[in-house]
This record gives sequence, C-alpha cells and structure tokens, in this order.
Amino acid sequence: MSDYLRNWLTLVVFGGVAVLLVGAFLGLGSLVRPSRQTSQKAVVYESGVDPQGDMWSQSNIRYYVFALMFVLFDVEAVFIFPWATRLEVYDVFGLVEMAIFIFILALGLFYAWRKGLLRWI
Amino acid sequence: MILAADPLLVDGIDLTVVLIVLLKAGVAFALLLVAVMLVIWFERKLISDMQNRIGPALAGPWGILQTLADGIKLFFKEDLLPTRADRVVFRLAPYLSIIPAFVAFAIVPVGGDFSDGGDGTVSMFGRSTFLQVADPPVGVLFFLALSAVAVYGVMLAGWSSGSKYPLLGSVRASAQMISYEAALGLAIATVFLSSGSLSTHDIVVGQSATTWNVLATGIVPFGIFLIAGTAELNRPPFDLVEAEQELVGGFHTEYSSIRFALFFLSEFMNMITMSAIAVTLFLGGPAGPIVTQRVAWVWPLFWFFLKVMAFLFTFVWLRATLPRFRYDQLMDLGWKVLIPAALGWFLLIATLDVAADLGWPTIPVVIVGVLVLWGGASLLSGAVRKAQAERLEEADRGADETAGSASGLGEA
Repeated sequence: MSDYLRNWLTLVVFGGVAVLLVGAFLGLGSLVRPSRQTSQKAVVYESGVDPQGDMWSQSNIRYYVFALMFVLFDVEAVFIFPWATRLEVYDVFGLVEMAIFIFILALGLFYAWRKGLLRWI
Repeated sequence: MILAADPLLVDGIDLTVVLIVLLKAGVAFALLLVAVMLVIWFERKLISDMQNRIGPALAGPWGILQTLADGIKLFFKEDLLPTRADRVVFRLAPYLSIIPAFVAFAIVPVGGDFSDGGDGTVSMFGRSTFLQVADPPVGVLFFLALSAVAVYGVMLAGWSSGSKYPLLGSVRASAQMISYEAALGLAIATVFLSSGSLSTHDIVVGQSATTWNVLATGIVPFGIFLIAGTAELNRPPFDLVEAEQELVGGFHTEYSSIRFALFFLSEFMNMITMSAIAVTLFLGGPAGPIVTQRVAWVWPLFWFFLKVMAFLFTFVWLRATLPRFRYDQLMDLGWKVLIPAALGWFLLIATLDVAADLGWPTIPVVIVGVLVLWGGASLLSGAVRKAQAERLEEADRGADETAGSASGLGEA
C-alpha cells in the first residue's frame, strides 16, 4: 500500500472510531432513558397548539436558485485549486487563462445579479 | 514542492505504528470531547460576564462541570420520535452532523517544532511522526468536503422531522451554508497561492519559512474566512438557522434526549475545528515567538491552543455584540460582497506572485493591480446603484398609478 493511501486509511480508521463512539452514546442513551410514549408526545411542536395542515409547504424558489449558483462556484473550485498550487509552473500563460476563466465566471454571477435573482424582497 | 508524507507511515507498518496511530486517534477524541465541554462552559461564562450576570456557578468550581451535568441529564431524557417524521432519515441525521465534525479535526497539526526550518516531526516511542492524526495530501480539500457533508446533517434533520419550523430552518440553513462555503473556498484558494500545497502540514511548514499567511495574502482573505466561517458555523450574527424568536429551535426543534445533544456537540466541535483550521491556514499553526530548549515540546502546543482560544473568544464576543442579520442582508453580504471580493483579491495576489516570479518591479504592479480592482469594483457598484435607482423610480411610478386609480374609484 502506498504512503498516499496510508494517510487516508488513518482517516478511515478515525472516522470508524467516530461512528462507534456516536453509536455508543446513542446505545447508552437507549439503555438508561425512560420510554413512556403517548400519542400526545409524538405530535410535532407548533407553538403549543395542534399542528395545522400538512408539514409540506411551498418554499421560496430562490433557495433553489442559490443552490444552483453554488454548484457553479463549487465546480469552479475544482479548476482553481490545482492551478493555485502550481502557480509558478504556468506563470503568465496560466494567469491570463485563469483571469479569463474567472471573468467568465463572474459574468455568470453578474448576469444573475442583473436579473434580480440575488434580490430577496 | 514538499511531498506530504507522515514519516511514521513511510516504512513498513508494524505493531508500534498501529499503536501510535490508535493512540493519536484516542488522544484526538479525548481532546475534542474535553475541549467541547470546556468551550460550552467558556461561552456561557463569558456571555454572562458580558451581560453582567453570573452564569453557571454551582456544578464544580466556577461551574466548570455544568456541561457534564447537562450531558448526563440529556442521557436520562425520553427520546421522542414524531409520528410524522421520516424514521430512518430522522435517526441518520445526527450521525451526518457529528461525524464530519469529529473527522475534520484529524487534519489539524496541533504541535511539533516548526521554528528554524523544523519540519514539525516529534519522536514518539522511537518513531518520528507528525502531531496530527492524518496528513492527506489534499487535507484542506478534505476539510471543505466535510463541511459540505455537514450541510446534509442539518438539512435532513429539518426535512425528516415532519414539522414546519424545522423545515424552514433547514431550508434556510442549506442556502446559507452553501452560499458562504463558496466564499470560504475562494478565501482558502488564496492561501494555496502562497503555500503551493493542499496539505495542512505543508501549509504550516511554508509559513514558518516565510511570513504567516495572514500577511502573505494581505489580510483580506483572512477577514473573508472569518466572516464566512462564522456564517458556516451558524453562529451569531448569522444564526438565522435556529433563530429562537421566529423558528423555535430551527432544524433540531423535534430532537430530544441524546440526539439533540449530538447536534449541540457537533455545533461546538465545528467551532473548535474552524478555529483550528483558521490558525493552521493563516496564523502559522503551532509556531510561536517563544520556544525554549528545556521543554521544547510544550511550546508549540501552548501557542496553538492560545491562538485557538483567541478565535473562540472572538466567536463568543461576536455573539454578545452583534444583532442577528436579516436574511436578505445575509445573502447580499455573501454573494454581492464576499464572493466578488474574494475572487478579485485572489486574482490580485496571483498577479503579484507571478510578477515577483518574473522579476517585474513590485510597486508598479501593485499600483496597476489595485487600480484595476478598484476600477472593477467602482464599475460594479455604479451599475448596482443605477439599477437600484431605476427600480425605485419604477416602484414610485407604480405606487402613483395605484394611488391614482384608487382615488378614481373613490370619486366614482
């Protein structure tokens, strides 16, 4: 196994221990806590009155738009991070390329901005 | 470029190596849990001091065991599962929230001598190793990935509760966290420019060779990281996710007993990890001004925890000082200020680095770079102001028309 994978293996072990620990917490909790369920206790909280209607409600479309824009910026990180660590190798060529890339990316953001998608009220 | 590799894992793996890895993992867990306990107490005590009250004072000396008492109490509380909840996801969500919080701390170098070109190795049972659980070559990327997974924990917890307040809280949370994650990532990208590596260990080594990244990247990315980090943690003034006055408890309203405690733990664990990452990326990690020969291994740990404490204090201070943001202000700050600023600053620093590499004179490059940025920013703000004026005008006209028709109706 290469050194590269061994570091990840350490992390997997660490994550496994975390899962076990959380499981142990929950298991211990289920052993010691009382359980006297009534149907009233299982009603969801809604300011102390019986819940009205269904939980499903329409939420603002803007949340979805922001999620889409996040994808734009997160994918861009895939291109920016490797280049940032190799800055001196690509020099001016890389810089100009990246400037063009970020300019196009920013155009996308400004287009959404101009369209009023970033406005909440 | 320094290829990251923990010297412990380079040679063959035998029992000693396995034991050292397990020991490090165990110490990291103990450290995190004790630190969380103390941080919760620290926050409550500090907030009460700032609000001129006493705070927890009964459990243990100065109330220091209050968190432990609360934790034990929560173990003995009944666990309620709402009838309308999605049972599987409801049980899964606390795991998704707390496990990233645990694992993210693994990549933080907490000690080791980095002064005078030291590479941060310590010897442990005759083996040399780094004082961090793991040092993957793309450590910072791993941290960003985990903070993205944490969004799932919050989102699914709210969605699966089958209740209105948690649903609203989780929709808000996911939009807020992903928005600020973009700004966070771009602020971190500037660090990669000066460090040339994604490994946390290499980033710390790089800072000990030159200056700390907070100066090398020109402070702005550090500021963006701090603001975006606060928002990513859902800490005040960005705590719209669990705004008590409007959403009860936000995404964890329906959680009780130990499951609620897990969300609470993960929130504070994330706070510690975010502080530790900020120290690693921008403030030189365990490096510090005083390192004596006698007990040399203590000093890096001391400096590291001192810096982390400074961040924790800042988070609590922000909570005590600032009122909550409105949601549109929050989104405006993220998308219209932080992201463009981070992008512009990233390009500026990249240009300066390339110019220094080619031996161009620094001062003209700085002046031209700042002028270009300033020009871009003023063009942008000009456009925004014009659009705003137009919109106001339109709204005024619209208001006049409705007023006119209303009065017309009145006459008829």
